[in-house]
Amino acid sequence: MTWISDDAVAHLRAVAELPDFSHTRYQLQREIARGGMGVVYEAEDVELRRRVAIKVLASELASADAVERMRAEAQTIARLEHPGIVPLHDVGLLPDGRLWYAMKLVRGRRLDELNAPIPELLRIFLRICEAVAFANANGIIHCDLKPENIMLGDFGEVLVMDWGVAREAGAKDALVAGTRGFMAPEQERGDASIDATTDVYALGAMLRSLLPSKLPRALEAVCAKATATMQRDRYATARDLADDLSRWLDGQPITAYRENVIERSGRWLNRNRVLVTIVIAYLIMRVIVILWVRR
Amino acid sequence: MFPTTRRSVIAALASDDDEQRRRAFDTFVALYWKPLYKYLRVARHRELADAEDLTQAFLAKCFENGALAAYDAAKANFRTFLRMLFDRFVANEVKASQRLKRGGGTESLDFTNAEAEIAREHDRGGTPEDYFQREWARSVFSLAVERLRDESDATRFAIFEAYDLDDSSKASYRETGVRFGISETTVTNHLAAMRRRFRAIVLDILREATASEAEYRAEVRSLLGVDA
Repeated sequence: MTWISDDAVAHLRAVAELPDFSHTRYQLQREIARGGMGVVYEAEDVELRRRVAIKVLASELASADAVERMRAEAQTIARLEHPGIVPLHDVGLLPDGRLWYAMKLVRGRRLDELNAPIPELLRIFLRICEAVAFANANGIIHCDLKPENIMLGDFGEVLVMDWGVAREAGAKDALVAGTRGFMAPEQERGDASIDATTDVYALGAMLRSLLPSKLPRALEAVCAKATATMQRDRYATARDLADDLSRWLDGQPITAYRENVIERSGRWLNRNRVLVTIVIAYLIMRVIVILWVRR
Repeated sequence: MFPTTRRSVIAALASDDDEQRRRAFDTFVALYWKPLYKYLRVARHRELADAEDLTQAFLAKCFENGALAAYDAAKANFRTFLRMLFDRFVANEVKASQRLKRGGGTESLDFTNAEAEIAREHDRGGTPEDYFQREWARSVFSLAVERLRDESDATRFAIFEAYDLDDSSKASYRETGVRFGISETTVTNHLAAMRRRFRAIVLDILREATASEAEYRAEVRSLLGVDA
């Protein structure tokens, strides 16, 4: 039998796993990532002369069930046409039965790799909330929201990725999938009560993980409300969560937190900084003028 | 989706039909004799003559007394079962200092060639089990390459060999095309077709070498290195 060197064995492993796109419009360029469901490659679409990302189902998972799950994921993404959700271009089956789909190639970095001040983080977070609210309004619950699944493009794009465990709201199957630390209690239990508040929980956990440990009380309260144990105690939708954060950014009162008089005054002073400065400057000048006249 | 026509060799080893059992055993030997022999030589540091005798005696015993039929897919994968059976056999043989018996159609094993291979291998790190796993992977790929060679035309196989087997080959698609008198596109098409076929053969071999769907999937994952 032919002897194969260690290097050739490693190469053959890669060759045997490499998907065969020779009869399609795509030419594989390099592997980008590996996940639970499959491998993502960067590829060239030779018809349109553009780069795309292609996700291919892992070979050992190519059972009828796995193909159906990944097809459902592709259909979910295709249904969700929103600037904050990665667009899907194409879907197909490889000669060996593995399913693949081509999507926009996002150049940039993941949210967990970003180091930015709180206001910038919150503005990005608001856009994530908008995309999630759109999906939820269309009956789709992402179920695996975490910073690693958010891509920030080089030109300001904010994209929610990896819809591999997304489910229809209220789906009866008790499939427990997601990431601990971001998974809502009802999701961890495999309850059928999964709905928009399940994604709200993950958004709250994600917000908490992105912000520094010492936070203004109002922001703490937003995180706490989003990650409440009982679904009824959370924001009803990602849009409600985003609205409360927007109010905080605009210096307005938020629904998650009742301020005392001092905090309310402080927020009012902070919000009307210019007016307060002008009034104080005017009063100081008046005092100076009065004192000067009396001399 | 998955190759279902290939029968599991592991299941056929327990067959009552002698001819079927013999064919299954031939495939079993082709896949496992080298990993077993090299395992003794490299991971267990046995002398050359000892390792030869023990490997042949073990294979002969496997064929004659049906020891492999005791395999239970629910307890371990076949590879682990076989390695443990082999370890136990070697320990017992050494204790009893019995004269080792050869046979079972294993007289033609090319130990000189296996020794030459050992001399060319570099990666000997890890546990004995890791070494056995690596040699088993090499054996599966070698068998797949042999089957691919047998069924392919010479030009296609030579292209596959140049790009996927020969570490020293640095030829471009254009140069290879000139060498075989075909276009660059034909070279890449041939290569893609050969790789596709190679993959299918590897999956066939794994189907033959495993006893259950779960074990098959686990071995595909283990051999092709894809995380589930």
